[in-house]
Amino acid sequence: MSEFDSEQDRTGVNRRKVLECMTWAGTGVLWTIAGGVPRAAGIMGEAMAAEPAGLSFLQISDSHMGFDKPANPNVIGTLEEAIGKIKTLPIKPSFMIHTGDITHLSKPSEFDDAERIISQARLDVHYVPGEHDILDEEVKLYRERYGRGTKGSGWYSFDANGVHFIGLVNVANLKAGGQGSLGEEQLAWLADDLNGRTDSTPIVVFAHIPLWVVYPAWGWGTEDSGRALDTLKRFGSVTVLNGHIHQVMQKVEGNVTFHTASSTAFPQPAPGTAPSPGPMKVADDKLRSLLGIAEVTFKPGQQRLAIVDQPLKA
Amino acid sequence: MRRATRSTIQAATLAVATLVVAGSLPARAADVAVKIDNFAFAPERVTVKAGTTVTWTNEDDIPHTIASSARLFKSKALDTDDKYAFTFTTPGVYQYFCSLHPHMTGTIVVEAETGSALR
Repeated sequence: MSEFDSEQDRTGVNRRKVLECMTWAGTGVLWTIAGGVPRAAGIMGEAMAAEPAGLSFLQISDSHMGFDKPANPNVIGTLEEAIGKIKTLPIKPSFMIHTGDITHLSKPSEFDDAERIISQARLDVHYVPGEHDILDEEVKLYRERYGRGTKGSGWYSFDANGVHFIGLVNVANLKAGGQGSLGEEQLAWLADDLNGRTDSTPIVVFAHIPLWVVYPAWGWGTEDSGRALDTLKRFGSVTVLNGHIHQVMQKVEGNVTFHTASSTAFPQPAPGTAPSPGPMKVADDKLRSLLGIAEVTFKPGQQRLAIVDQPLKA
Repeated sequence: MRRATRSTIQAATLAVATLVVAGSLPARAADVAVKIDNFAFAPERVTVKAGTTVTWTNEDDIPHTIASSARLFKSKALDTDDKYAFTFTTPGVYQYFCSLHPHMTGTIVVEAETGSALR
């Protein structure tokens, strides 16, 4: 099925594979996900009759383990604060997505720090890589840790509570003068992945670099994202979650809601307000108001998912 | 600083050795520095004589790379103050970019050693 899931083949079928195979086989069992464990909700007839449950999940982004410059010399501390915040949420989220730049320089110790801290949330985490996560020469550290069961440079999809989630990679094989890029192979996979899904299926797409044009002069966009969005046009509810720009930004275009999450590491300037998009040094007492997490809630019957950004400190 | 530069040049010389095995190394030209600052290569366009070693230094708080658009050379990710050097032995126009932030582009124009009359 893919080149990275050989480990699961030895130990048994992984969750994603179960979901994919179920989709492919079209059998009459509806799967839901709670705490990362797939459960059969019954045969299709029964499950469809029941009111589908709502879903709450979290987005964290741009942890940049290993960054130690003046904009935040303690990125471990602020990631720990973010995870601490997640642990005290009144409604326990079903899982977490991480939209990339887990590390600053793709060092094994940086991946270790991220894993040690993020695992304390005790949530299933779905990752996509940022450009900082694929800097090792063989580009294997991210793949070994998070790329199992994924396609190409790490894209995949899964389903939760009737919502279809798609993790895309737009940080690999970038071309001179361009922006983020999905590439032909991934776009073809996306079209295939969506083929046969009903228009009413809520879709959540997540990737590191924004899938909309935020600010081309700083490379804040994805050059072929328009083609991905064309493929998604027929769906009534599409939510696009990104990171990379270390600030909250939202745009609604027809049925598509675009949202970027804060970093847990350091803020970056608003487009065009600084000579470059580099890390922004702010007063120490202001830093935590610019770092944070995003809580996303899906309620059946509502077209738009509710996205609430939660700074580490208001 | 000087020591670091020399060792990176030696490393780069090893890296490009395969490119120059066919001929003798050209006479050593003055080395040229390009800095990476505020997500830009400065100067963005440099004209050098064949045999010149160009050394890039990353002065940003974010890592960058130097990647030839024609895939002739590519640095590792350079953290703050890291350097990368490449010796240009063959005349031509070499375009490059940062493979992490591809809107960052630069050009090295390499002229023949005897080409000064063209300027």
